[in-house]
Amino acid sequence: MRLEKRKRSSAAALVLAPVGAVIFTLLVSSLLVWWAGAPVSSTYGLLLQGGFGSVFALTETLTRAIPLMLTGLAATVAFKARLFNIGAEGQLYAGALAAVAVGGLHGGTGFELSPYLLFPLMMLAAAAAGALLLLGPALMKTRLGVDEVVTTLLLNFIVLLLVSMMLDGPMKDPTAMGWPQSVALTGDLELSKLIPQTRVHTGLLWGCALSVGLWALMKYTVLGFDIRAVGANARAAAFVGVPVTRTVVMVALLSGALAGLAGAIEVAGRTSYLTLDMSPGYGYSGIVIAMLAALHPLGVMVASVFVAGVLVGADSMSRAIGVPTYLADVIVATSLISVLVATLLTQYRVRYR
Amino acid sequence: MSDLVLELSHITKRFGSLVANDDVSLKLHAGEVLALLGENGAGKSTLVSILFGHYIADSGAITAFGKALPPGDPRAALAAGIGMVHQHFTLADNLSVLDNVMMGSESLWQPFTRHRAARVKLLAVAQRFGLEVDPHARIGDLSVGERQRVEILKALYRGARILILDEPTAVLTPQESEALFEVLAQMVAQGLSIIFISHKLGEVLRVSNHVAVLRSGKLVAQAAAAGTTQAQLAQWMVGHAIQPPQRRPAGTIGAAVCVLTNVRTAAGRDRLAGASLTLHGGEIVTIAGVSGNGQVALAELLSGTQLPIAGSVEFLGRPMSAHPAVLVEQGVARIPEDRHAVGVVGDLPVWENAVSERLRSRAFSWYFWVRRKAARDYAEKVIHAFDVRGAGASTAARTLSGGNMQKLILGRALLHPDNTPAHTITPQLIVAHQPTWGLDIGAVAYVQSQLIAARDAGAAVLVISDDLDEVLTLGDRVAVMHAGKLTEARPATEWSRAAIGLEMAGIHGEQPTPQTAPAAPAAP
Repeated sequence: MRLEKRKRSSAAALVLAPVGAVIFTLLVSSLLVWWAGAPVSSTYGLLLQGGFGSVFALTETLTRAIPLMLTGLAATVAFKARLFNIGAEGQLYAGALAAVAVGGLHGGTGFELSPYLLFPLMMLAAAAAGALLLLGPALMKTRLGVDEVVTTLLLNFIVLLLVSMMLDGPMKDPTAMGWPQSVALTGDLELSKLIPQTRVHTGLLWGCALSVGLWALMKYTVLGFDIRAVGANARAAAFVGVPVTRTVVMVALLSGALAGLAGAIEVAGRTSYLTLDMSPGYGYSGIVIAMLAALHPLGVMVASVFVAGVLVGADSMSRAIGVPTYLADVIVATSLISVLVATLLTQYRVRYR
Repeated sequence: MSDLVLELSHITKRFGSLVANDDVSLKLHAGEVLALLGENGAGKSTLVSILFGHYIADSGAITAFGKALPPGDPRAALAAGIGMVHQHFTLADNLSVLDNVMMGSESLWQPFTRHRAARVKLLAVAQRFGLEVDPHARIGDLSVGERQRVEILKALYRGARILILDEPTAVLTPQESEALFEVLAQMVAQGLSIIFISHKLGEVLRVSNHVAVLRSGKLVAQAAAAGTTQAQLAQWMVGHAIQPPQRRPAGTIGAAVCVLTNVRTAAGRDRLAGASLTLHGGEIVTIAGVSGNGQVALAELLSGTQLPIAGSVEFLGRPMSAHPAVLVEQGVARIPEDRHAVGVVGDLPVWENAVSERLRSRAFSWYFWVRRKAARDYAEKVIHAFDVRGAGASTAARTLSGGNMQKLILGRALLHPDNTPAHTITPQLIVAHQPTWGLDIGAVAYVQSQLIAARDAGAAVLVISDDLDEVLTLGDRVAVMHAGKLTEARPATEWSRAAIGLEMAGIHGEQPTPQTAPAAPAAP
């Protein structure tokens, strides 16, 4: 068995590939459902209903999609330039920490700033924290050739320990009865709700606006060309005068800032304070979403809602018929692998002997 | 001719809608050299890959020494006595000759390698065919010609009786090529058979007994080498008669455009070690040399992607910039050696590749926005003016054939965006590194004629080439590069092939021109 490059990919194959990938994913996952002893069709029905079946389900899904959208964009822009940022999780926490430091602790400093000034400062601080966290690995990559996968991955653990230290120390909420959680943001810094009596907040608009913004940046600007050129062929990019090192650094700042904003928006929109379990791996899921979206910023919007829907739907499905929620992780992971394989098969054909 | 050793019958291989080999049948006899001739994409590599088991033919069969060769099995091909010498060597630089030859020929489960026996066998094979090597030399210390000898020995050591040589002379000096041809003659005399893949017509006629010509996957002609001519072969290859670009002498030589004085560069893929050269407007200077002697450094230096560590590079009287975008603005047209890896970003569309060099100029961007309309219009102009076929402005540059990709690169380098029919802006300096490498004959003629036209319009043209024919036909003056140094650039008419070959090997003997030559113009 071997792979042969196709001379050209047919349009039908490009459409059929993702459809086939989804069907394959459902087939593989149903084996697990069957193994768990639950009826396959009602499991999928409950999952779908729990993720998208009611206004409440839909708003929960969208709420969950917001941080995923931002970390998905962070991974998208970085991967597009072949900067493999695995550290969005740490950048998200760094952004959340910075947001709380600006938006929650300012009371202690004695400065009373207007929320109209404080809110942008808070967001800026979060973006800067995420960006600076990725700047180190980016400089080490461009200057010393240090593999950014290792450095960004390891930084995640360092940041988590830092957050843990802050939550048990300087930023600990004295009224939280000993729980390791930070002081809360002042109320007027919180994002308003999009739909009353639900949790979905205006962070969704931020996410969508940033998706469109990143799409426009990639498509219409010189920097966008630089990013795509460096990612596709750095030697050729350097030959035509693209400042390769500078582009990689810009991408690092952009990617880190997006992940940092994810943390700030999560704090300002949903939790209002920081805890150590605020993100169930949003930073890592962002990579999955970026790949599912084929590194297209607009696709990130769709992919993040899909993944969020599966995660939320699995929660309610699990409550109803007792199939573990881990099924959601299996579905997301399998769909990623099937989409990657399906994309490969649009470019290569399999030959037997 | 004696016994039949290899027979390919009715080989057909399709890639999607493309027919790479269309019902090709060939016969190879013992003691015969069969030349496989064809342009890029004619199906030579596919055919050889099928023969060697890398690809499986859709239909057809291969018989070696009377036995059917199972398809898709390189081991079976090796066992049947078929050996291949690739154009890009497959040797481990850090191992000795003996280790390289033995590699893969011993069982993994054997407790000790049998160096002594292998050495004896290797020396016996080497002596039999006149391929002298030191079995304990490290591959990294050997010259290109010697490495090729090791590759051939490796095949012979494994008992190859049919040897396939893929473009074997591409990396050799003329003298090394001659030495190779003598080795081949010895091998043939001892009953071995050789398939010789090439696109150089002269050496094909020089070496082979039979010539088979492939065009668009079809076997279009077979002939005995003795009864045919280069012109006939070229016509078979291309399908119509070819007009080679007429060499016209340079007109008036302009002022010095670019002056290199004693330039040294840091060690990279290769380096310059004190090279000096002056390029004038209105003339083509060609650089001959075996690749790896500083050509990459010279091209990168003049393309703004490398800086000298000593010496000076002046362009229009001032130190040369090291920013590609600045150089392009100042009128340097650059054609890189590797069009796929450096010339274009294959995944991006043709139009973005067309403007990529000048994207930062006012013509194609406004602050940080790309002026897409202007960029696309310019790309259309390049496509039209330079006859780039096979793709529109929006298709990925990767899908272009080599020749069309080169036309795109040539077009964006030569066509100034401000050009109007009434007023054309010609580049000051053109730096072309292997501009015709791997192109078909038609595209070669096109690229060369464009370079000549630019020269006639007043540009200083530098062409760095491995191809001696190109060096001699295109150059008004020729310099030879060896070990990072350049000889004086002398008029092409004063050089003989032998003299260039000696300089390429670093042997500075007597002056290549006897003393009568400079006096010749005064004689009548």
